[in-house]
Amino acid sequence: MSSATALTWFARHEIRLARREWLAMMTGGRRKRTRAVVGLLIFAAFMHLPAYAVIGRFANLRAPLDKSSLIVMTATIFLAWALMLSQAIESVTRVFYARADLDLIMSSPARLENVFSIRIVAIALSVIAMALLFSTPFVDVLVIGGGIRWLAGFGVVVAIGLSAAAMAIAVTIVLFRLIGPSRTRLVAQILAAVIGAGFVIALQIAAILSYGTLSRFAVLTSDAAARFAPDADSIVWWPARAVLGDGEALLLLLAGGLMLLGAVMAIFAGKFADTAVRASASARPNHQGSRRKAFRSGSRQQALRRKEFVLLRRDPWLVSQTLMQLLYLVPPAVMLWRSFSDSSMAIVLITPVIVMASGQLAGGLAWLTISGEDAADLVATAPLKPSRVIRAKIEVVLIAIAAIFAPLVAALLFASPLQAVVTAAGVIIAAASATAIQLWFRVQARRSQFRRRQTSSRLATFAEAFCSIGWAATAALALAIPIAALVSGLMTTGIVAATWKLSPRRD
Amino acid sequence: MNPQESALQVQGLTKRFDRLAVDALDLTVRSGEFYALVGPNGAGKTTTLRMVAGLLRPDAGSVAVFGIDALSDSVAAKQVMAWVSDEPMIYDKLTPLEYLEFVAGLWGIDPATSEPTAHHLLASLGLEPHLHERCEGFSKGMRQKVALAGALVHDPRLIILDEPLTGLDAVSARHVKGLLGDRVRSGCTVIMTTHILEVAERMADRIGVIAAGRLVAEGTLTELRQQNGHNDTSLEDLFIALVDVEAAAA
Repeated sequence: MSSATALTWFARHEIRLARREWLAMMTGGRRKRTRAVVGLLIFAAFMHLPAYAVIGRFANLRAPLDKSSLIVMTATIFLAWALMLSQAIESVTRVFYARADLDLIMSSPARLENVFSIRIVAIALSVIAMALLFSTPFVDVLVIGGGIRWLAGFGVVVAIGLSAAAMAIAVTIVLFRLIGPSRTRLVAQILAAVIGAGFVIALQIAAILSYGTLSRFAVLTSDAAARFAPDADSIVWWPARAVLGDGEALLLLLAGGLMLLGAVMAIFAGKFADTAVRASASARPNHQGSRRKAFRSGSRQQALRRKEFVLLRRDPWLVSQTLMQLLYLVPPAVMLWRSFSDSSMAIVLITPVIVMASGQLAGGLAWLTISGEDAADLVATAPLKPSRVIRAKIEVVLIAIAAIFAPLVAALLFASPLQAVVTAAGVIIAAASATAIQLWFRVQARRSQFRRRQTSSRLATFAEAFCSIGWAATAALALAIPIAALVSGLMTTGIVAATWKLSPRRD
Repeated sequence: MNPQESALQVQGLTKRFDRLAVDALDLTVRSGEFYALVGPNGAGKTTTLRMVAGLLRPDAGSVAVFGIDALSDSVAAKQVMAWVSDEPMIYDKLTPLEYLEFVAGLWGIDPATSEPTAHHLLASLGLEPHLHERCEGFSKGMRQKVALAGALVHDPRLIILDEPLTGLDAVSARHVKGLLGDRVRSGCTVIMTTHILEVAERMADRIGVIAAGRLVAEGTLTELRQQNGHNDTSLEDLFIALVDVEAAAA
């Protein structure tokens, strides 16, 4: 087999692996893939509605734009890039640590630089494919409303996808060099979470500090932002101009993205192999546990709870996934802090954010404790009734939620006692609903499968999300329009009841 | 303790998945006995033992562990049992010592008893240098040894092991066999499935041969030879002869 043929073969192999990973993620590994794909297409079609609601009114935008519009558009593209970068860092880390074929590849007579160049391209393509999938409803809405010039949006997605993948590879390999393989895994995951959420949160905090609102657009559309923004012909506006159909800007962006990826391949493809070797060699991390001497006494449930707390604390996937959710609590916390000196009504906005976050976090924690049991046989053969095991695990979730949200609610108590009570009730109900859903849809899985938890049951995922949103809305309405809160609460209770009815474990 | 007391009594045990996995199986293991259950792949060994350990609910039949009905009073039966599977059931993010503390806590063992036992077990399995390292970096053999120590830390009267020697190197296998031998000598009952017939031949007091979900032969090695009319053949030859007969009958 010639070198070129071998590379083509390897590229096909990579595409096949990526396709299957993607399908497995979408279908949760079930065999009825056609149904899953059809479901996905229906979902994509449905997504056109919210896309229309969000950007439908911008379809008639044409160049030249005023500075405020340019800033908003550029910030939105930057946000998309940050999210792609976050996803790409996660992909690169997974390739280093989770792919089981590194030994095979590196023991083969293929030239590793070439092989890993293809793997880099494959990462870039998977990031771009995912971004195209999510951006399609938005671009469609713009094309339908404003003409085919908006198709350039797809080109911008490709260009920023290329640069995000290139940046992710460079960042991850540099991290390997600086802090070593075992720490890179955790740091890269945290970095991915922070990058994904950081930009939006930074804008929100700026908005709170400057304008007392959670709206990030307050900063972007402000006169101050326009004053500090560069001139209209600046390179900063190329992405926005490209989206608006400026062919030259689009070509330059695509060329820039390709060059960046090419440079990363040239510089890092060789190091990629080396890095992969070091990652696999560090498959025996030497984490030291606590050197505490004495075993602790307590009930069997206490033993279970202690174990769950230790595992939650040491779970890197959970740390990164949870960090993103917790980061979203930073703006409300800043707002709360600010409200002590300013009796703005905007503080009411904190309640739904906190309630929503508690529901989402409880869902993740509940999956990890209830479904993600690595020693399921051990726990099942222990002299303990299953109901007690489940109770201990639920207690862990609720204690963790209480520990995280109690300080916020306590601070709220000083600003507005009624709001604190409503928020506390919302947190408890949202967390209990998410935990119950995870309980009804529990499966036996390993904790490392956490990132695929959404695929084990689409129904549970959607129910959990809708319940969190529903309870968040109910809590907000309880403070503003109590009668509407009753309706919203009843609707959300209906969702919980319907989920229970449809769940496989109603016992 | 009466050596003839039944540690395990299984009657009419039946389990069906897509096909019949265990077919009205009767099995009695005496207290203080090392019992090896051998059979070809898919014969129903693991399914049988998982039902005994309370991991699977049988479709029919009864399971008694030291006279305790394991189906109606599973908690009491589990208190005196330990289960070790071929895939070690440990937590990557815990150290061996933390894992043993957790297992002892689950079985409600007083820390004053369980802590020295844990240290002793881990030391005897050669894990002393790794007491405070998380298990995530351990080899298959080390993980299996941690799981075994976990099974022994609550001092069970009946230990059920499903292929415990799979993937272990010679030294680790020697450690495990030594530990199990010691337990049997101190009065504990061990039931073990294995594909390594030499282990069954050398360690087991009695051997049960299972095929197609049924016990097709049982006894000491000498009894098995006599039952099949081969007086100086190896267990491997006997096993193949028995399984072949069963396959032909099926």
